[in-house]
Amino acid sequence: MPVLDLPKIRESKVWRSIFRSGSGSSNLHRAQVIQQNVFLHLFSVKMRSRVLDFRPTWYLGALTLISFVVLVATGVPLMLYYHPSVPQAYSDMKDLQFVVSSGMFLRNLHRWSAHAMVLLVFAHMFKVFYRGAYRPPREFNWGIGVFLLLITLLLSYTGYLLPWDQLAFWAVTVGSNIARAVPLIGGKMRFLLLGGHTVNANALLRFYVLHCVILPLAAVALVSIHFWRIRKDGGLYPGRESDK
Amino acid sequence: MAEEKNKNALPDSSRRRFVLVGMSSLALVGVGSAIAGYEYLSPNVLYEPSPVVNAGKPDGYPADSVSLDPQSGIYLVHASEGFYALASICTHLGCMTAWKPELSMIACPCHGSRFTREGVKIAGPAPRPLPWLRVWMSDEGELMVDRSTIVVPKTYVRV
Repeated sequence: MPVLDLPKIRESKVWRSIFRSGSGSSNLHRAQVIQQNVFLHLFSVKMRSRVLDFRPTWYLGALTLISFVVLVATGVPLMLYYHPSVPQAYSDMKDLQFVVSSGMFLRNLHRWSAHAMVLLVFAHMFKVFYRGAYRPPREFNWGIGVFLLLITLLLSYTGYLLPWDQLAFWAVTVGSNIARAVPLIGGKMRFLLLGGHTVNANALLRFYVLHCVILPLAAVALVSIHFWRIRKDGGLYPGRESDK
Repeated sequence: MAEEKNKNALPDSSRRRFVLVGMSSLALVGVGSAIAGYEYLSPNVLYEPSPVVNAGKPDGYPADSVSLDPQSGIYLVHASEGFYALASICTHLGCMTAWKPELSMIACPCHGSRFTREGVKIAGPAPRPLPWLRVWMSDEGELMVDRSTIVVPKTYVRV
């Protein structure tokens, strides 16, 4: 006698109220499981099994998503000990590293995942480019991907300032002066980004809000469109006839 | 029934007008929000340090010396012609330069720009010389520097 009667649970009233498709192994049921789930419905209900092999994608897009999920899962707990203010930011970072239980683990995981995400985004883009998977009808999704690359880089850049150490301060001083090189509006852009003329309390707070709220929300919105477009553009790119 | 529907239906021109007025109002609101958003994002009051710095009595600077105050980001130079002040912020990308007495040069640690103690560029990516800042003597006999006012080079203050 099974301890956990899965089929019975899946037929229960509570289960059926949550998952509308119910159980069953028909093609219709299997399609409904994907189609009627708010998260899974972004994906295709059917796929060529060949495109799920390692070779076509090296799973680089999925790995990028995983690194983003790790960054959110480690970043939110880090926010509980970090105050984005000039007198506290540096010592909070030091506390996270040396005083808070598991703080060093969370901080280092956040850091390494950030490095991994930048690397994976580039690898994913190279893979898509060299396979020719950016070509019509997938050209719009390539465009979305370029914006996701920019958001990834901006997330790295804004996160760089938050430890508020010498490296952070001078890196952002140099980086924001590079922004000043934009013709005509460069100086104004730097002023708005920093909320002042120097990297100071306003800049720290603005970078914090960008890093923890605005950029992640933008990333989630664009990632949703990115995945939905894979389905709408005919699924993962299967490769040219000659490659088969 | 069909006739009644036709009676209630708006004439085409009035629907067109509604869409036009609606769209222009939305565009107006959009422009207004963009302006208000820009105004909101640029701070009206900045709690940044004053550009005017008190550099203290001239006696504190021995003859033929270059002194960097990292807090205010200025060099005070006591040359044979008199006193002058240079901004220590590199004109390349804003790093803090340092006086290297062993080389008799000002050097930037970030990208290797080098300047003479008159601020003239010797090497590196810096596009401009280090600017000379306005210096004057206060009534209390202290050297004052205005970091926001650039003067022509070779403007010395004699004590």
